[in-house]
Amino acid sequence: MIDIGLGHYLTLGAIIFTIGIVGIFLNRKNIIVILMSIELILLAVNINLVAFSIFLNDITGQIFTLFILTVAAAEAAIGLAIIVVYYRNSSTIRVEEINSLKG
Amino acid sequence: MLAHAIFFYIFSLIAIVSAIMVTVSKNTVHSVFFLILDFISISCLFIMIGAEFLGMIMLIIYVGAVAVLFLFVVMMLNVAQQKNQWFSARESSKHIPVGLIISTIIFFELIIVIGGWKYKPDLVSSMSLNIDSGISNTHAIGYVVYTDYIHIFQLSGMILLVAMIGAIVLTFRKRSGVKRQSYFSQISRERTDGVELIDVPSNQGVKSDD
Repeated sequence: MIDIGLGHYLTLGAIIFTIGIVGIFLNRKNIIVILMSIELILLAVNINLVAFSIFLNDITGQIFTLFILTVAAAEAAIGLAIIVVYYRNSSTIRVEEINSLKG
Repeated sequence: MLAHAIFFYIFSLIAIVSAIMVTVSKNTVHSVFFLILDFISISCLFIMIGAEFLGMIMLIIYVGAVAVLFLFVVMMLNVAQQKNQWFSARESSKHIPVGLIISTIIFFELIIVIGGWKYKPDLVSSMSLNIDSGISNTHAIGYVVYTDYIHIFQLSGMILLVAMIGAIVLTFRKRSGVKRQSYFSQISRERTDGVELIDVPSNQGVKSDD
């Protein structure tokens, strides 16, 4: 318990990853919370990469964390832009009411 | 070592609780604030573990840019006032047990993988980019990100450019009834469009069209 090792960080990453998955599944409110859950999942991946990088003494994990950060920021910007356009067109972003593709 | 453990547990507890609050909070603005708290505690963990550069970058990018972007969109779309009808509107809770079962399965799979995972004995010696303990973390990242990973670095710059252009193009709209300055029509205007030269015969005056 006292000696914090790689397993602790991996477990933290697994817990946050699972919370992100739960947030995507159980969300009925709006799409913005789903985007935030995706950010949580990417954060969990970052935790794993940094923990491996530190405990295995290899810098590559931190480099890739940097790139994941970039992609996450780009994804958030594009996703929010799409949400803004959708809200402008249909004036709702509730998950239940977005069913244009249902047929 | 004890202080390290105590701080690890404190920060990870804050991170987990705020991650749960992101998903279950009724008000979306509160969700964004809990997301900020989550990022801050995780970046504290990064700084504590020895990845200072990433911790600080995480603070700057996520808390300074992405979370503010989320806040802007949440406040602009006015979703915070719909909160009363979110849960009371429809109780179609058929998806909840399915989602919980799938999430539990994923979590236990991850735990099994973490618990049963072992180092390959010669793994550490087979790696090429060892962290030099004599230089700082930012130095160590800077040594490789501009040399070994220069192509990926440039590619991430392209990704950011595409994201910027995409966001601008998506949210741009032309409103009717708003007077805008158009440089093209200003520059391409010629003398014959604006001024009409008329030969005026004497004693007849000028016949105007309007």
